[in-house]
Amino acid sequence: MSATNLHLFVLVVPLLSAFAVNLLGRSSKQWIAPLVLGSLAFSVIGSLVTLARVVAHGTLRYTVGNWQPPFGIELVVDPLSALMMVLIAVVAFLASFSSLKSVEQELPGRESFFFTLYLILIAGLFGLVLTGDAFNLYVLLEITSITTYGLIAMGRGRAALSSFNYIIMGSIGACFYLLGIGYIYILTGTLNMADIARILPTLNAPVATATAIAFVLVGLWIKMAFFPLHSWLPNAYSHAPTGAGTMVAPLMTKVTVYLMVRVIITMYTPALVFPHAWITNSAVWAAALAIVCGSMLALGQKDLRRMLTYIIIAEVGYMVGGIFLANANGLTGSILHIVNDALMTLCLFLVVASIIYRQGTVSMVSMQGIFHRMPFTMAAFTLGAFAMIGVPPTCGFFSKWYLILGGIDAGHWEFVIALVFSSLVNALLFFRVIELAFFGSLGDGQHHEHTASERHEAPWWMLKPLVLTAALLIVVGLSTGPLVNNVIRLMIPIGF
Amino acid sequence: MESIIGEIVAKYNYWIYVVLMMIGFYAMIGKRNLVKKLLGMNIFQTSIILFFVSTGVKKGGAIPIVDKYQALAGGVDAATIVNPLPHVLMLTAIVVGVSVTGVALAVLQRIYKEYGTLEEDEILEKTQR
Amino acid sequence: MTPIVSIWPLAAILVSLLGALPIILSDRQPNLRESWTILIALVKLTIVVALLPGVLHGGGYVFTIAEVLPGVPIELRVDALGMIFALVASCLWLFTSIYSIGYMRALDEHAQTRYFASFAVAISATLGVAFAGNLLTMYLFYEVLSLSTYPLVTHEQTAEARASGRKYLTYILGTSIGLALPAMLMTYAAAGTLDFTVGGILAGKASPELLALLLVLFLFGFAKAGLMPFHGWLPAAMVAPTPVSSFLHGVAVVKAGVFAIFRVIFHILGPETLQTANLGVIITTIASVTLLIASLVALTQDSLKRRLAYSTIGQLSYMVLGAGMLSATGMLGGVLHLAMHAFGKITLFFCAGAIYVASKKKYISQMDGLGRRMPITYLAFFLGSLSIIGMPPMGGFISKWYLLIGAIEGHQLLLIAVLLTSSLLNAAYFLPIVYRGFFAASPEGGEEGFKEAPLLCIVPLSLTALASLTMFFYPDVFIKLIRLALGAG
Repeated sequence: MSATNLHLFVLVVPLLSAFAVNLLGRSSKQWIAPLVLGSLAFSVIGSLVTLARVVAHGTLRYTVGNWQPPFGIELVVDPLSALMMVLIAVVAFLASFSSLKSVEQELPGRESFFFTLYLILIAGLFGLVLTGDAFNLYVLLEITSITTYGLIAMGRGRAALSSFNYIIMGSIGACFYLLGIGYIYILTGTLNMADIARILPTLNAPVATATAIAFVLVGLWIKMAFFPLHSWLPNAYSHAPTGAGTMVAPLMTKVTVYLMVRVIITMYTPALVFPHAWITNSAVWAAALAIVCGSMLALGQKDLRRMLTYIIIAEVGYMVGGIFLANANGLTGSILHIVNDALMTLCLFLVVASIIYRQGTVSMVSMQGIFHRMPFTMAAFTLGAFAMIGVPPTCGFFSKWYLILGGIDAGHWEFVIALVFSSLVNALLFFRVIELAFFGSLGDGQHHEHTASERHEAPWWMLKPLVLTAALLIVVGLSTGPLVNNVIRLMIPIGF
Repeated sequence: MESIIGEIVAKYNYWIYVVLMMIGFYAMIGKRNLVKKLLGMNIFQTSIILFFVSTGVKKGGAIPIVDKYQALAGGVDAATIVNPLPHVLMLTAIVVGVSVTGVALAVLQRIYKEYGTLEEDEILEKTQR
Repeated sequence: MTPIVSIWPLAAILVSLLGALPIILSDRQPNLRESWTILIALVKLTIVVALLPGVLHGGGYVFTIAEVLPGVPIELRVDALGMIFALVASCLWLFTSIYSIGYMRALDEHAQTRYFASFAVAISATLGVAFAGNLLTMYLFYEVLSLSTYPLVTHEQTAEARASGRKYLTYILGTSIGLALPAMLMTYAAAGTLDFTVGGILAGKASPELLALLLVLFLFGFAKAGLMPFHGWLPAAMVAPTPVSSFLHGVAVVKAGVFAIFRVIFHILGPETLQTANLGVIITTIASVTLLIASLVALTQDSLKRRLAYSTIGQLSYMVLGAGMLSATGMLGGVLHLAMHAFGKITLFFCAGAIYVASKKKYISQMDGLGRRMPITYLAFFLGSLSIIGMPPMGGFISKWYLLIGAIEGHQLLLIAVLLTSSLLNAAYFLPIVYRGFFAASPEGGEEGFKEAPLLCIVPLSLTALASLTMFFYPDVFIKLIRLALGAG
């Protein structure tokens, strides 16, 4: 392994392990856990090294098959993609502990299939953040989507139907993206992102470029469940097998948001997107609407996991809105929120997985008095909830800070109000759950005795990554400064 | 009026893909049968594939792969050669489309096993009960 | 003088935060657990007192925890204003810890470990608010304080506690996220910094309209100060065990709110900037209205703790009122009242708890003749009342004196009237309790004879009453600190 291609191996190792899991895992289940954890641990270390190297030495480039760009496919690792690599690797690694346990319980005998798809999905996500080619991006987007369809369809009951609806919506999204790329190809004659960015400004075709970006954006918006194109997400994520939800929910939407950032910053350059006031204004208004409606819809849910899926929709609004504020603070906030939201969602979905592992459901009714049964899990939940609400020093506060500041800078007060509103609703949502979990049933209205339910904490195997994730929420929050200064700042276009 | 018709005729390939796309889109959104939705999705994808393919075509252009030496006899002159790149890309897109269709059919099979029907209304009725 | 970089402010905060750990670990050995609590309280007080000389000599201490946002680190800075709050809080925490042990054991409360652990976190957050070097840090600890006190307020875990807890969080969290946070962001957008600076950071950077908006947002955003109409959580929170009410809702939580408002007026908006824009009147109006209404409502309350709660709302407005006068004397009086009121009010709450422990009585109408059975408690209650009313020889007199002088100096006749009326009302709702306790006939069939609360309850409340008395004669340290804080040297 040559040290300079380390970032490539971050992708390749999980991919090869996927096939190994399929071959070896079928004969003996013992192989699965070491292969999954081993390959992902390698990815974590490899991506961290890559990030350090990129920050120190600047962008790395790698051409596949030695075809020189703009003809060949180019893999580009700039600070943003390196950051995303670390994020994907860490989230997938932490989630896989919990997934291994819950898949063992929910899908006995099918572990090898599940984890084959799981690892291919992760490899696909790595590919998405690495690629520097617009068409290649489409192919990888479909690879991740197809594996996700499969993972979701493995769930019980309505999962197959939800998965089918996701297939239809996801394909529409992908086709829109492809169509947009077709326009760009007609305009520029190239598919390499850097090349497109070089050629586009020299053309004098404002209508065609705007149409192309509109198609690309709508395609990505469907994929990331941006309100009002979100209808597929709540069903798909809440009917998926628990083990799939813990990884898919934190990563899929966030990586798609990353793609949007990538398309805007690298492929289209902000100068071509943001001067279109109708695009930015309508996007910010839609984002504000997404935040408000996502939060309101979450209020109506009677199941914790469904509630979280609607919160994801609101959070997508945060990130999309932040980007289209078209200023440095908004963009910083969005990128920061990609990281933070992935961790917060991971934390909460890990909690959901632990509770489902123990009691089979996370309906609100079943959460009564759960603080006493699973104190550590619920402590982590509380921390995750604080991050979602945006209580300092958890990480959720700091990205919200940048986003609101961006909103003030840009004069988009509707976005500022939506953010504050969503914080308040989140507080309401989560304290409703915490209250239920803390008090239990109060049918008698008298002093409550807590001896009825025994302590029944989740297994250590699931608890350890959960506690680590919860700790990460604070650690990442406190290291916001270095993160922004050393990594994200580098990605903010000059003159912004 | 003349000019509009002229416009349509001159770029008939694009209009075909738009029409196909709308048909596919309608089937995906409007039809209640899940297989029809899937077929609509295929039409939708195909229309985009046609769009890409037609972008590469040039009037009287030679196909560099079929008759390589004749096509490139006068050196590489972009004006006389059909652009092969979109066609190659679409090979990949077709593979992607087939995979999605495969997964979707497998999922449909599971739905049929579960509910005994592929009509969305009937399924929703059954899930609510 | 430049501040000295020192880790001790952080240590003062961390000692009780980390102290929660041994408290939780010694769950099954109550004596060991309570020893931890006392030990932590002592260590904390020692550290805070050790920091005092440095502050008095004008330097102060500073410690940066993390660089999080451009120009706004998470930073601790011990200055004179923070020192006052920290001194009061850490000193009274020691008394409360002792009192808690007596109270909780006498009533055989459940989940005592959770209680003591949450308490330890809450006092950490309180010191964090006191030592915060900028608005962001203060906001951080302010929120931690809100959240860590939730399990304390809902300690009983009854339906009533749940309803109160809900109200508590709705008011406190709702206002801090909905009002204070946007105000903080707007301040940052305008000034580019959030550091507490004598004279404020917004001078010449904000229009009068923006200043007025920020002022209102901050005043109501820090709802812990109980300004009407955001006061409803305080009477509701009285469902908590009495030590919680006495320390948190007599001292730490409510004073954190007032302290935050002080910080904003003195060190963010700046008194002179407000004076120029003529915005002091907003503060004094809101405070005066709250003051009078709260005092009137207090008169009608039969539950002793609720009466104390409304009294607290009124007294908090005294402090805000003092700050709102924007004159040196007025502000001095306001800040001084923060310290004086703390000692007086905690005594009163301790007494209410002692009465409940000894006789299970919560309502004033039941307390006829009780003073003859609990003379020490009632004597302390009397002293505490005098301090709150503002009569010599109690500490409360001095702060109210300065407030009155401030109003006279500013020729604000209306304020003078408000202050005097309110003091009369204070007397009207406190003294009858004492009178009925000592002189009214006991109810028919009531028990007679000497029956005080446990010693662990009586000693702390006597000490705080005495402290309140002492502060009448020796207010110098506090006055010196306040003058330093106001930049008058």
